[in-house]
Amino acid sequence: MEQVGTQTETKCYHCGEDCTSEIIHAYDKTFCCAGCKMVYGILAESNLCEYYEINQAPGINQRQAVRENKFSFLDDISIAQKLISFKDEERTHVTFYLPQIHCSSCLWLLENLHKLNNNVISSTVNFARKEVEVIFLHGKVSLKKVAELLTAVGYEPYISLQNITASKPKANRDKLYKLGVAGFCFANIMLLSFPEYLGVDAKEQGLLHVFRWINVILSLPVFFYSATEFYQSAWKSLKHGFLNIDAPIVLAIIVTFCRSIYEVLTQTGGGYFDSMSGIVFFMLVGRVLQNRTYDHLNFERDYTAYFPVAVTLIKDNKEQAIALPDIKLNDTLLIHSQELIPADGILTRGKALIDYSFVTGESMPVEKEMGEIVYAGGKQLSGNIEILVVKEVSQSYLTRLWNRDELKQKKNDETKSFVHFLSKYFTVIVLTIAFSGALYWFFRDKSVMWNAFTAVLIVACPCALLLCNTFTNGNILRILSNRKLYLRNAQTIEDIANVDLVVFDKTGTLTTGSFFDIQYDGRPLTEEIKQKIALLASQSVHPMSKSIAALYPRRNTGEVVAFTEVAGKGIEGIIQGDLVTLGSREYVTGSTEKDFDSGVYVAIEGSLLGKFSFKNHYRENVASLIQRLQKRYPIAILSGDNESEKRYLKLLLGENADTYFNQKPEDKLAFIKKKQAEGHKVMMIGDGLNDAGALKQADAGISVTEDSNNFTPASDAILEAKELNNLPRFIAFCKANGVIIMIAFIISILYNIAGIYFAVTGRLSPMIAAILMPSSSISILLITFGLSNLLAKKVFRNSGAN
Amino acid sequence: MSVIILLLIASISVAALFLFAFIWNVKSGQYDDDISPPMRMLLDDKKSKDDAEG
Repeated sequence: MEQVGTQTETKCYHCGEDCTSEIIHAYDKTFCCAGCKMVYGILAESNLCEYYEINQAPGINQRQAVRENKFSFLDDISIAQKLISFKDEERTHVTFYLPQIHCSSCLWLLENLHKLNNNVISSTVNFARKEVEVIFLHGKVSLKKVAELLTAVGYEPYISLQNITASKPKANRDKLYKLGVAGFCFANIMLLSFPEYLGVDAKEQGLLHVFRWINVILSLPVFFYSATEFYQSAWKSLKHGFLNIDAPIVLAIIVTFCRSIYEVLTQTGGGYFDSMSGIVFFMLVGRVLQNRTYDHLNFERDYTAYFPVAVTLIKDNKEQAIALPDIKLNDTLLIHSQELIPADGILTRGKALIDYSFVTGESMPVEKEMGEIVYAGGKQLSGNIEILVVKEVSQSYLTRLWNRDELKQKKNDETKSFVHFLSKYFTVIVLTIAFSGALYWFFRDKSVMWNAFTAVLIVACPCALLLCNTFTNGNILRILSNRKLYLRNAQTIEDIANVDLVVFDKTGTLTTGSFFDIQYDGRPLTEEIKQKIALLASQSVHPMSKSIAALYPRRNTGEVVAFTEVAGKGIEGIIQGDLVTLGSREYVTGSTEKDFDSGVYVAIEGSLLGKFSFKNHYRENVASLIQRLQKRYPIAILSGDNESEKRYLKLLLGENADTYFNQKPEDKLAFIKKKQAEGHKVMMIGDGLNDAGALKQADAGISVTEDSNNFTPASDAILEAKELNNLPRFIAFCKANGVIIMIAFIISILYNIAGIYFAVTGRLSPMIAAILMPSSSISILLITFGLSNLLAKKVFRNSGAN
Repeated sequence: MSVIILLLIASISVAALFLFAFIWNVKSGQYDDDISPPMRMLLDDKKSKDDAEG
């Protein structure tokens, strides 16, 4: 038995990865593959090597070569039209999504595209969205050429069906405008209110009136524009017969405004304009912080973001690009190696080796022969194939799953939060106090009645609760995103905190989808034989062969003579006079005995040497993650794979663990539904399209991704895979969120009680309101920020990376 | 007294100027991407580097 790993010290100058399978020496540098070398060559030629000076090895690995003519569909005018954002006689503006953008070198290189091709006028990177806007002269260079230029320097544009079907969400700047206006008015009103508080000479009473009227004017934009944010939300929830936290706030704003106007008109006082504009300003700040979005992430992706925008259609023996929605029944499509199958079809030419791991969760690729049906969503791994479309794109198995009604509904986030629940009681109590105060003064002194009534409503506005809620949420979202857990919105924090059952997908979530652990059993292999096996294996694109090839770093390049590959069986070839055979038991030994184990047998000159067994490669620390989680939550594992891993999983989880195999996407969805019906709050953690239904149905759906630029199905949160073992900490931290809000809320209630004391006794002067309001807000801000940062330190102590 | 009114007008118009500058900034998209500009700022534009490296 032998455990083999690769240890190479050499790192690629372009991408910084270990040079495992080959080392290329060129330009006095080392490269891991021909692709990396080529990119360096292009950059060196145009004097763009500063790229490598800004950051070390900033490049993107080029081992996976991009097929030539991949972008020929961009020559199709109707497709190109949908991608182009602006076009005049000379220039075309187009925006490409480049998920590879990750550092300042990328930014620098992409903004220097004009040095590589002088028909490019300019290129501007939007780092947050990972997009580049290129302006080019379409008379001299085509859109396809621009895409190829980007590809040539290592930034292959990601163009999916979503680019042409979905309209881009516009950046929402409304809140920022409202915030700016509120800030301007608030500061000026504050300044103009000082004379009122500090007292003005009797001779200059006229001046006071001027100040008051200016205040009235300045408060109008706040009341009629900035505060609309809250009116809309309150109105929306009232229409649904539900009192959210914005309702009492709107009440307070309106009462404050009316009473202030009344005071100015009757010349009885200066009003509370500063308090009113102050709360609006601070609450808007909170909203803006809480709603900061992660532009480069998309939580609403469906299959259209996964599918390519165009495929190659074969018509009258000619190849032409066709947009995906235009595919019709009985069309013949040419699927190149590494391309997605866009529609269900019958294989008519070539041998298919299809990776369905993303669609069904099966970790092993499936081989298909001519005449067999291939389903949409699989990725063809070896060679080109042709398929005859039997179902249109919108009718295929995968898209049908997506179009199920229950998955189309948006989650109702509004009504769930406990903050709204709290505010409901809050409102009722405040109204009771206000009315009883008014009743009391009605019998004692009617002149104070209105004053006391309105003052209670003004001072008891739950703005402090709203503030502490939004600011805490905002800060917690920020802390979580620093640790690579990106939440869709603030409600998700609470959803995660409330979870009482955790469901994992296996393939791609607990295991890495891409490589296997290989174990060799048999006669010991000499270095020479290892080299021969690796050389033979490197000839095939089958993932098993690839894994074996990567096992033994190649020193020299020999030649393989008489190489043959029998799809689904194995490969053989003559290397330095020896016939080397790799493949299934039947292929290598001729035994017809059935073999359920997914092993690859190896023989030289017909004599069996041994066998490579493959096991899913579990992520680091999965065992400890599950054990820690199991202490608090029941856990279930759903796998699209067969039961071959059952024994290992039982070992990992204990005998009583809930493991389910051969789970189809519908089964996963049904499982979540069943558990929810039993009263569980379910967290689903998955990665692929096959988990999409379950992720959406779960109370908190987290999709795991190797890096956040990859495709992730619609979910509530996106977690980078290397942070998966911090999951118990993330849950603990989300739970802390509720505690912090409660603490801040209690403090804000103390402020409110003090305020109400002044209010019911009819002594709430604008000055007291003006002191109480900002001091309560600011102290609550400090408390929530301090507490959440402190708790973050505590929870994530010893968690490794920042 | 009228001096104060004058000062008042001056101060509010200065503040209004800043407000408009802010609105203009937001409109022109300066707040859409707050990651690239600080990076871009730190990158020098080396003009002539004809045969500095290979």
